[in-house]
Amino acid sequence: MKCRVCREPAVIDVRRQNANYCRDHFLRMCRDQVAKAISEFDMLRPGERVLVAVSGGKDSLACWHLLRELGYEADGFVIGLGIGEYSEESTRYAQAFAHERGLTLHYCNLRDEHGFDVPTAAKATRRVPCSACGLSKRHLFDAAAREHGYDVVATGHNLDDEAAVLFGNVLRWQTDYLGRQLPVLPARDGFPKKVKPLVRLGERETAAYCVLTGIDYIVEECPMAEGNKHLGYKAALNEIELESPGSKHDFYFGFLKRVSARFTGEVESQQSELSTCTRCGAPTPEDVCAFCKLAERSSGHEPVTLRARR
Amino acid sequence: MKVVLRNPRRELEVAGPISVIALLNRLELNRESVLVIQGDDLIPGDAMLDDAQTIEIRPVISGGAV
Repeated sequence: MKCRVCREPAVIDVRRQNANYCRDHFLRMCRDQVAKAISEFDMLRPGERVLVAVSGGKDSLACWHLLRELGYEADGFVIGLGIGEYSEESTRYAQAFAHERGLTLHYCNLRDEHGFDVPTAAKATRRVPCSACGLSKRHLFDAAAREHGYDVVATGHNLDDEAAVLFGNVLRWQTDYLGRQLPVLPARDGFPKKVKPLVRLGERETAAYCVLTGIDYIVEECPMAEGNKHLGYKAALNEIELESPGSKHDFYFGFLKRVSARFTGEVESQQSELSTCTRCGAPTPEDVCAFCKLAERSSGHEPVTLRARR
Repeated sequence: MKVVLRNPRRELEVAGPISVIALLNRLELNRESVLVIQGDDLIPGDAMLDDAQTIEIRPVISGGAV
């Protein structure tokens, strides 16, 4: 295999581009794809302060690294979610990344600061753990951005994430979700702008980016995500991708270009007037926001202890 | 060669020489879902692996709350 740019030996193939790359040109391709996504979707403007939602996994650390490489002022925020040893280890990766590079990383521990953790919330609400986890993360990232004066929250969602979410939303024709599935959500009524700079990179590429730049990340999967639908959709899409490279890209970007706008009107018409949560001050259509309701329900529940990992 | 797999971590012995693509096919792994790593380097799909090597096959699929 030869690099498509310099014809030196390649270290990775990117089949949807019908291209192979050496280390240096692969890293340049990753930077170029992120810069293109930022420009194409008008994600970031000069002077905007960015808070990167960091988990300690490959995508969020690659996102943070790439934004800094491209010259953006980007700090990180990591949450101790209380998912046993997994949360402790993933937080350590995030902290080590920041420490080695002299970057600012904000931290919040869900149990210490809000009286519950994700396993307990899942038990208390009898819902899948990813539901309580996602709700908590979105709320805390938004709150941290407001508290620390960031204009934008950047997440490490990659092409595979977006294609898998789209696949799930289409399977069930969840038109309200389809209308919101955009690489940029503008700031609104106290919510910061949300951007996904990695949408033009697959997760095999974000993992390769980390390996080739020496970024240590947590490889283990979250023990609570095992068997979830999202992972099943990704596996199904990768079976299609194997036979037809470029399918995930065409599925997602075709949606954005040709279909997405049909659903955004529905979402806008359904947007409620927002007031302020009487407990935490977050914007919400109700008196008490969903996160405070989750905290109330979960903090009274006996803490759930995860079994040690195999 | 020694092949290290993840999630959960385990090790296999596989006889070489064998290409990376052939190894992934033999293990029934989708090449879109993994990286093959030796030390700090990626090993491309057409590389031949021999008995003396230790490689890691690392899954790249992750996802929970989004």
